[in-house]
Amino acid sequence: MLGLVPIALTLSSPAMAQNAPDGVDWFKEFGVEQPRPDPVTGELPVKPYTVTDANAGATPFTGSDMARTFGGQDGIHRLAHRLVTLIITDPAIKDIFVATDTRRLERTLYEQVCYILNAGCAYTGRDMREAHRQLGLKTRDMNALVEDLQRAMHERGIPFAAQNRLLAKLAPMKRAIVTR
Amino acid sequence: MAEDAGLFDGGKLLLTNGVSTIEGSAGGGLASWAVIPGMETDHGIGLSAFATDVPLRDFNLETQGFAIGLRNRLSLGYARENFDTLSAGEALGLGHGYTFRQDIVTARLRLAGDLVYGPQWLPQITLGTDFKHNLNGAVVRLVGAKQSAGTDFTLSATKLVLGSSVLINTTFRLTDANQFGLLGFGGDKNAHRSGQFEGSLAYQMSRRLAIGGEWRTRPDNLGFARETASHDVFVAWAPARHVTLTAAWVDIGPVATLRPQRGVYLSVQIAC
Repeated sequence: MLGLVPIALTLSSPAMAQNAPDGVDWFKEFGVEQPRPDPVTGELPVKPYTVTDANAGATPFTGSDMARTFGGQDGIHRLAHRLVTLIITDPAIKDIFVATDTRRLERTLYEQVCYILNAGCAYTGRDMREAHRQLGLKTRDMNALVEDLQRAMHERGIPFAAQNRLLAKLAPMKRAIVTR
Repeated sequence: MAEDAGLFDGGKLLLTNGVSTIEGSAGGGLASWAVIPGMETDHGIGLSAFATDVPLRDFNLETQGFAIGLRNRLSLGYARENFDTLSAGEALGLGHGYTFRQDIVTARLRLAGDLVYGPQWLPQITLGTDFKHNLNGAVVRLVGAKQSAGTDFTLSATKLVLGSSVLINTTFRLTDANQFGLLGFGGDKNAHRSGQFEGSLAYQMSRRLAIGGEWRTRPDNLGFARETASHDVFVAWAPARHVTLTAAWVDIGPVATLRPQRGVYLSVQIAC
C-alpha cells in the first residue's frame, strides 16, 4: 500500500514537477528551484499578469441559451476535463503539452468557455497571445485541437449548430495562437 | 512543439478541402470555390484524386483527375472529361456513342483570407485559371465554335460562417467555353470571353456531412443551340478522413438542341 503512494503522487502532479524518466533530478543538476504546486489547487505558480475578462479573447454570448445548451457550469466542467484528456493523448498534438500544467490549463479553459457562453464565470487566465507565445503552434495543431473539442462536445450531446456557434467565437483567436 | 508531421501534414478540418468540380478544381461539384485541394495546411503538401459520373437524360459525362495543393496556397490539377453522346450521337449525325473529350489543367492561388479562421467578414479569396483543350477540334468548329482550346479566369470568395454553420461561395469566371468547353470555345453568336457567376450555399449538418445548392451561369455563344445556366443540389459526406462522397441532382440545361439535361451526379474523392 505504501509503495503505491509515490506512484499516485507522480501521476497526479503536473508534468513539470516530475523527475525525468532517467531518475536524474535535473532541477538540482541545473541549480534551479523546482516549482512547487499550490497545496490547494495543485497548480504551478506563473509570472504575474493583469487579470481581466478581456484576456478571454471573445465577447460573451448574451442570454442564457448557450449556457443551457452546454449544460451550465457543470456541463462545461465536464467538457473542459474531457477536452484536456483528449488533447494530452492526441498523437497529433500531445507533445505540445508535455511541459504544460494541465490542472491550470483545465481550469482556465473551463473559465474561458464558461465566460464566453455567459454561464457566470470570470476569466482569470492570460490572454491568448501570451498563453501560446512559447508553443510555436501551426495551423494543423489548432485544427487538431478544434477536432478534439468537436469530439468532446459531440460526446456531451451538444447540437452541431451550437458547437459551431462556440467555434465562431474561438476562430478569430487563431491569429494570436498560431505563430508559425 | 508538436511532433513533425512531415510534408503531408493532412491537417485540414474535415470537408474544408471541398469536393472536386467536374473541371478538377476544388469546389462544390459544379462551382469552383476558393479552397485549395488536398488536406494539407500552410506547412504541407496535399494530394487529391477524384472520379465523377453524371448520367444525364441523353448523355453521360464522366470526369477523373488529380490535384496537388502546396501549403494551402497554390494548387495545380489535371482532369479529363469524357462526354458520351450515347444514342443522341446518332440523332446529331455524329454516330452512336460519339464522345467529346477535354483535357483541363487548373491552377489556383489563394490571395487572402481563410475559409474558417480570421475575421468572419473576410472570406478566403482565390485567383484561378483553367486551361482547357478540347480533343474534338474538327467537330466543335463544325458546330460554330471559334477555338478548340480556351482559358478561363476565376476569382472566388468562400467563407464558412461558423455562427450559422453556412458556407457561402461566389465565383466570378471569365470564359468563352461552350458547354464547359466540351463544344469548344467562342461561337458565331459571341466570339469572346464573358463574365459569368457561380454561387454556392451549403449547410454543415455535422463534421462529416454538408448539404447545399449551386448555380452557375454560362455563356450562350453558339447559334445552333441555346445554352443556359446550370444548377444542382448536393449532399457531401466524409465517411473517413481521406474520403469524400458527393451525390447531387444536377440540371445543366439543354445541350446541342436536345431537351434540358438532368441527372444524378456521383463523385468520390480521395485526399491526403
